[in-house]
Amino acid sequence: METLAPQAKSVLRLTVNNHPGVMSHVCGLFARRSYNLEGIMVRPIADTDGKKSRMWLLLNEEEKLQQVISQTEKLVDVLSVEKHELEDSVFEKTQGFFNS
Amino acid sequence: MTDSANNPIPQAAQRLSGSQLIIKLLERQGVTTISGVPGGANLPMYDALVGSDIKHILARHEQGAGFIAQGMARVTGEAQVCFASSGPGATNLITAVADARLDSVPLIAITGQVPQHMIGTDAFQEIDTFGLMLPITKHNWIVRSVEELLEVIPEAFRIALSGRPGPVSIDVPKDVQNQMIDVTEWPEPGKAIETPEFDAADVTKMMERIRAAHRPVLMIGGGIVYSGATELLREFAEKLDIPTVQTFMGLGVLPHEHPLSMGMLGMHGARYTNYVLEECDMLIGLGVRFDDRATGKVEAFCPKAEIIHVEIDHSEIGKVKNPVLSIRGDVGEVLEIANRDLEPMQRPLWQQRVAQLKEASPLILDGDDELFRPYGAIKHVANILDDSANISTDVGQHQMWVAQAYPMNRPRQWVSSGGLGTMGFGMPAAIGAALAQPDRKSVCFSGDGSIMMNIQELATAAEENLDVKIIVLNNGHLGLVRQQQTLFYDKNLSSVKFNQGTDFAACAESMGVKGVDLAKEENPLEALKTALLEHGPCMINLPISETEMVYPMVAPGGANRDMIGGEA
Repeated sequence: METLAPQAKSVLRLTVNNHPGVMSHVCGLFARRSYNLEGIMVRPIADTDGKKSRMWLLLNEEEKLQQVISQTEKLVDVLSVEKHELEDSVFEKTQGFFNS
Repeated sequence: MTDSANNPIPQAAQRLSGSQLIIKLLERQGVTTISGVPGGANLPMYDALVGSDIKHILARHEQGAGFIAQGMARVTGEAQVCFASSGPGATNLITAVADARLDSVPLIAITGQVPQHMIGTDAFQEIDTFGLMLPITKHNWIVRSVEELLEVIPEAFRIALSGRPGPVSIDVPKDVQNQMIDVTEWPEPGKAIETPEFDAADVTKMMERIRAAHRPVLMIGGGIVYSGATELLREFAEKLDIPTVQTFMGLGVLPHEHPLSMGMLGMHGARYTNYVLEECDMLIGLGVRFDDRATGKVEAFCPKAEIIHVEIDHSEIGKVKNPVLSIRGDVGEVLEIANRDLEPMQRPLWQQRVAQLKEASPLILDGDDELFRPYGAIKHVANILDDSANISTDVGQHQMWVAQAYPMNRPRQWVSSGGLGTMGFGMPAAIGAALAQPDRKSVCFSGDGSIMMNIQELATAAEENLDVKIIVLNNGHLGLVRQQQTLFYDKNLSSVKFNQGTDFAACAESMGVKGVDLAKEENPLEALKTALLEHGPCMINLPISETEMVYPMVAPGGANRDMIGGEA
């Protein structure tokens, strides 16, 4: 299996409200504060009646990670933010879809 | 609660359109005044406004409407509403909304949008308002059905007012405004949620550290104003005998002449103020965000100090400066606990050192007895007025002169665009202040550059016959740009002179506002006094030399210790 770019180290697991605009709010925050976002995966969470989504973010922001988390937590539609290991993450498991 | 079986007359549903519902919900929020401009996509809202008790202020430009609402919000602390139509109406609001974001002002922008079936077709006056407002608001919505309004409107007030305040925007497609709904149950009006909890033990730890410090300085900001913590702060500072600097947004928290006040810090702070910060061993930031205009080069800011940071917005803690101790909470609640059984103490050695630095490098207000010089103009105006007047400014040299020299003596007296630095802010904000507090004089200092950026609102001031006084410090230039070109670009003056001047007194008269040109008055000081003291809008032209500078000045990106000018 191909490995991920070595500099991309942090994975965040977000629980968000599933309604139009929430992707824009999260991606917009990362763009305007110049946080390096290397990957994003999002699907509705099963058993929430389509009300919530899980968003996985792959980041290259070790130094600013706490600031990234604090800013993300301020978004109204973000219900929780958790740090997650890269190992066994959705990004490792799907790497095969992103090889040339 | 109501048992319908026993109640022969069930609560009758009220049948309303979306736009009627919006107005009703705003009334229930206690909104009494809305500024705005009608247009194609918000016609239903204006239709519903007729017959409401809400007073509408017809601005001449949507940016003016946004700043009028901001002025109301800044002097009252309440969330205020502005209206605009779709497309250019919405884009014109953007600057005022972004400005509110940077200065944490609770502003609610409600825009009309083209009907939903036309969204995405490049319809007439269609713009992606949701996308444009997204990066400059605390939160924003596009409302997809009339039912959503019942949630979104109270939620908008809740978000705008909770924690660190800020703007929100609500985009309402025209079909949603026209959609009908039967309302049987009204939502509770939105208000600020509980402030974040903090550990009182941290306050004890903070107090131990502060008592142990030898050379502490308090840095106080807009958070004190917004928390309503002015009295608590004064008691705290006095009992602990700590010299205090105020950020631009914190001006007025300590009275101008207060013995502990060292005025504003940073780019245009007094020399001694920045020198004291060089020497302090502890900096206690209360309701501040360590803005770059305050800190200068961050690595060189308070190089000997441990930082303590009390702030309601947790993302500000550690963003610029890493504190040794921080409390995420409402600064007023923290001070309330800190002040319990607060043993007074004195710091004679440190105060002596501060006095020494002040003696050696005081704030120099050159020409403060001459009416036609910047500090003199400001001092004369201040002498004519009392503390009840609200003071707003535009952006530029005049703004910094006022921030340095005007005796701001109470919170919310000072209304100025700090974070975004928006030229054109001053007059509409002064109009808003006058609308919200008609018993106070609303005085706007401006420059001949800034005033032209929203001069159309003179007509709005005249229409409402507001007690707004606009003083234009007129140097025929973009003064602060000229200053920077002079200091940092080898006097290479580029595009800063207005070769075509404007007769501001005549301009004011043309829009129904009294105009006074002090240059043409036989007794200019008397004329100024009369103009300021009589009721009603007035524009006062006061010529100054273009060579006047704001000193001291720290070069952008430079360390605060490296000030230019302003030597004793």
